[in-house]
Amino acid sequence: MKFTLSWLGDHLETDAPLEAIAGRLSMIGLEVEAVDDPAAALAEFVVGDVVAAGPHPNADRLSVCTVEIGGGERFDVVCGAPNARAGMKGVFARAGCTIPGSGTKLKKSKIRGVESSGMLCSERELGLSDEHEGIIDLAGDFAAGTPAAEALGIGDPVIEIGLTPNRPDCAGVRGIARDLAAAGMGRLIPLDAAPVAGGFESPLAWRRDFAPGDGDACPFVVGRTFRNLRNGPSPKWLQDRLIAIGLRPISALVDITNYVTFDLARPLHVFDADRISGDPTMRFARPGESVAALDGRSYDLDPTMTVIADETGALAIGGVMGGEATGCGEDTTTVFLEVALFDPVRTAATGRKLGIASDARYRFERGVDPTSALWGAEIAARLILDICGGEASALTMAGAMPDHARRIALRKSRIATLGGVAVGDAAARRILGDLGFEIEDAGDGLVAAVPPWRPDIEGEADLVEEVLRINGFDAIPAVPLRAATAVPGAAWSPSQSRRSRVRRALAARGLTEAVTFSFMAGDRAEAFGAAPSLRLANPISVDLAHMRPSILPNLLEAAARNAARGTADIALFEIGPQYAAGPDGQTQAACGLRVGGTTPRHWAGTRAGVDAYHAKADALAALEAAGVPAHNLRIGDDPPGWSHPGRGAALTLGPRPLARFGELHPAVLERFDLRGPAAAFEVLLDAVPARRAGKGASRPMLHLAALQPVERDFAFVVDEATPGAALAAAARSADKALIADVALFDVYRGPELGADRKSVALCVTLQPREATLTDAEIEAVGERIVAAVRKATGAVLRG
Amino acid sequence: MDDLEQLRSDSLARIAAADLDSLEALRVEALGRRGRVTALMKELGTLAPEDRRAAGQALNALKSVLAEAIDARREALREGALDARLAAERIDVSLPPRPEPDGRIHPISQAIEEIVAIFCQMGFTVAEGPDIEDDFHNFTALNIPPEHPARQDHDTFYFEPGEDGERLLLRTHTSPVQIRTMLVDKPPIRIVVPGRTFRADHDATHSPMFHQVEGLVIDEETHMGHLKGCLIEFCRAFFGVDDLPVRFRPSFFPFTEPSAEVDIGCSRSADGLTIGAGDDWLEILGSGMVHPKVLENCNIDPARFQGFAFGMGVERVAMLKYGIPDLRTFFDSDLRWLRHYGFSALDMPNVAAGIAQ
Repeated sequence: MKFTLSWLGDHLETDAPLEAIAGRLSMIGLEVEAVDDPAAALAEFVVGDVVAAGPHPNADRLSVCTVEIGGGERFDVVCGAPNARAGMKGVFARAGCTIPGSGTKLKKSKIRGVESSGMLCSERELGLSDEHEGIIDLAGDFAAGTPAAEALGIGDPVIEIGLTPNRPDCAGVRGIARDLAAAGMGRLIPLDAAPVAGGFESPLAWRRDFAPGDGDACPFVVGRTFRNLRNGPSPKWLQDRLIAIGLRPISALVDITNYVTFDLARPLHVFDADRISGDPTMRFARPGESVAALDGRSYDLDPTMTVIADETGALAIGGVMGGEATGCGEDTTTVFLEVALFDPVRTAATGRKLGIASDARYRFERGVDPTSALWGAEIAARLILDICGGEASALTMAGAMPDHARRIALRKSRIATLGGVAVGDAAARRILGDLGFEIEDAGDGLVAAVPPWRPDIEGEADLVEEVLRINGFDAIPAVPLRAATAVPGAAWSPSQSRRSRVRRALAARGLTEAVTFSFMAGDRAEAFGAAPSLRLANPISVDLAHMRPSILPNLLEAAARNAARGTADIALFEIGPQYAAGPDGQTQAACGLRVGGTTPRHWAGTRAGVDAYHAKADALAALEAAGVPAHNLRIGDDPPGWSHPGRGAALTLGPRPLARFGELHPAVLERFDLRGPAAAFEVLLDAVPARRAGKGASRPMLHLAALQPVERDFAFVVDEATPGAALAAAARSADKALIADVALFDVYRGPELGADRKSVALCVTLQPREATLTDAEIEAVGERIVAAVRKATGAVLRG
Repeated sequence: MDDLEQLRSDSLARIAAADLDSLEALRVEALGRRGRVTALMKELGTLAPEDRRAAGQALNALKSVLAEAIDARREALREGALDARLAAERIDVSLPPRPEPDGRIHPISQAIEEIVAIFCQMGFTVAEGPDIEDDFHNFTALNIPPEHPARQDHDTFYFEPGEDGERLLLRTHTSPVQIRTMLVDKPPIRIVVPGRTFRADHDATHSPMFHQVEGLVIDEETHMGHLKGCLIEFCRAFFGVDDLPVRFRPSFFPFTEPSAEVDIGCSRSADGLTIGAGDDWLEILGSGMVHPKVLENCNIDPARFQGFAFGMGVERVAMLKYGIPDLRTFFDSDLRWLRHYGFSALDMPNVAAGIAQ
């Protein structure tokens, strides 16, 4: 919403400067987004009387002028303009002024031996035009010292406020003036809405044609006919105001409707009455009906949309835009004025469906003062008669003014108990009164009748807000918000804390956290098993069209972008949502991807290409951080779909898969334009069982053995397909009491073992508890281990 | 005796020239069981008793001189050998050490943990809700009826209607979690809600996905003064500026009444933006007293309970606090950016150490 300072002055009597008004607007909820003050650059320039002008003693083309700027101040100025002469009024800049046209700062100087202490300016020097033939020769009768901006008629600053949707009244300058007056910035000038006497009966009469129950689409409409008028260009003051707020003057009639829209938040429409056949009627559009609107485009309408129609069909889209066929042009002499009330919800829906964002829609969808249907017809009539001449008919109307009366109680105590500030009863009444509420005493407070231009006021809290915002939020004392106990409990839930621990565990392992979009390209999402129902209906691009079924494709894309920038080794992870269909389809996952080498190239040769075991270690570390000890996990059979079929697996806890890891399938790498090696993991954080409640921080008792442990190594030969972990597990099961640990420390393949055979070496740690083991006892345990491993896996001790 | 003197000088000369191996041979040759000095000792018995004493003393003296010389030589040789070994073992200590893992935490995660750490001090707990929402929780229950102009500001992402005709959407703010919380929990309620939010807008200052932290306090006496106190303390703690000016401006949100936007003081210069007392303001929060209709929609009696809600953009406060110039870079996953603006795994936000570290 834009307006100019002088326009505001039509409604607000004030001597407050622009900055004070702008500052106050922001602090009463009408946030100033921009102030454009063209006069600001000319603040130091004044009207100067040239009281004397004579030739320069040393230069033919220069003259020396004596300029008076009021208060007896006089300056001698050397001037090169051919039109400089005694008796003229010019625009004077004294030394120290910055010339807007050139940006230079004026200095006192000697020109050809004569001191010049200022300048008489041209239009170009003031940045007003390219005119530089001579100095400005002011025509009006301005006193010396008058601000130049005022004398030049460019003194009107434009203020733009970001209007919140609850304030339709401030979509007109008068509403803004009313708020400012309430906030102590001046006096609201009464609005003259005296009736204009009709000289004849309107030949066109309003009709409403709605089924019972639909009448609220247009509950009330007022109009009148004007005849014998002239529709030329509108007067300069009106054009200037419209141009200042960014509107294009069209013709007097159209400009008047726009002016009233912005002045009083009262949209109007004018029809060329000669182009209407039969009585204008408010009704819903008929199926298949269309309107060629004033924006030059044709709109197909549907029966949810309100139109203004005549016998020939729809003429205009109610509350949204007028029609081209019945618009007013230069040859218009008879006009029918529409001053209607339209349902905000239907108007918004119509505008949204048709894609029309008009100034009328903006106001109707927020709510127009219902009483303006009547006073709007009077004010518009006076403007039309003043500007276009002619005569006005009596009013024609259909429907009835909707009942807008609302009375809301405000308890005296409520401003303090909700607003946290004591505002005196008298002050609260004064504020509400200034805003247009009518106040009566009631019980322990007051009852306020809501003015018709404030549809946003619905309850006591709204009244509290009105008092608070005008009284100033700064006046509310800040009170500390104390926790119930001095030492508050944990803010994060256990599962939320778990995410944070996993995040920091992965970062500590060298992976860097990324945050990627929750959506991705549909084809890529589908390749990772996305649910079809999770496709966006209105994506902003095809690359961001489908909810991600997994974080991994986003990390693959991120890795490809980094690789394209020349980063060789990539280690990224993300903790966040992945989406499946259904009410609980959103789950939290930790996903990581390593590409290239584990570390940069290094003289010590620590660099290795990433493989499935790196991803497995990451997954185990994440699970460990999430509270699942690695030794509780089992390797599942099925590798994830994105992994190399022989180099990936799930990690399960009982039957439940908690994580997947593996080297990326070459086809996946190709699809993402990524060069390997690459390995990834996904940890399903929501599948991780919660820590048992009430377990506390206490650890189990530690029993340290007094006796030295004994280590024995075993090398088995077994089929290639047998998992190494199966051998270790079998060895461990041979004597659960004595065997403290089994470590798989070597895997060897060689021709002497035979095809598809491998050697797996285990180091078994025996921990005696009561007495040192004898050789015979160690021998016996060894035999049990060999037997157990053979029985479980078919492995034999390597010869 | 001349023989002894000869033996002594010969042996000392050989000891002085010996290396560790030959030194042991010399020891055996001189002092071993069959050594020359040992042999001479054995011969003492053959001497006349009057000579035996003096000869014995001389032999003992020789024996200890040689033993000491051998020990001294061995020690010298060992020291020399160690010196030589150490010299040979010299390395180039200027070489870079082996690479260490060097991961980073994303600034969004860090900012959220910092924000939560501060609100934890004021007794808030963290609540969360789904990103895919329905119309009721995202709009209607928050007093944003269909076709309300406030909805147009939200640029909502929708899914195709389901079998029941209901059109799900991506939440446009974290406020639906207010509704979900109030429908389940009874007052007093004090939650903060970090999470992803979505709006169909993509340009230099808008991302189709961004993060918010929502806050909600519901009890019987919390008023606008508490709202101010809570948010002023938060802003000052988060930005680490004790006297940070915080300004509350009336505004409008459908789910709060009264509503306030919150600005913090700043100053701008050629060097950029400085948070703190200055000549300008930055808007960072929306807030207000929870609208009675919202309470009613959640079956909470507005005649008895009241409180405030607030919401802030995580990227925005992170940009201001950490000096990150461009919103779009947050989601680029550019490792150069992440290493520069990211945080160490050890940088756990900690009120004891100070959040603004």
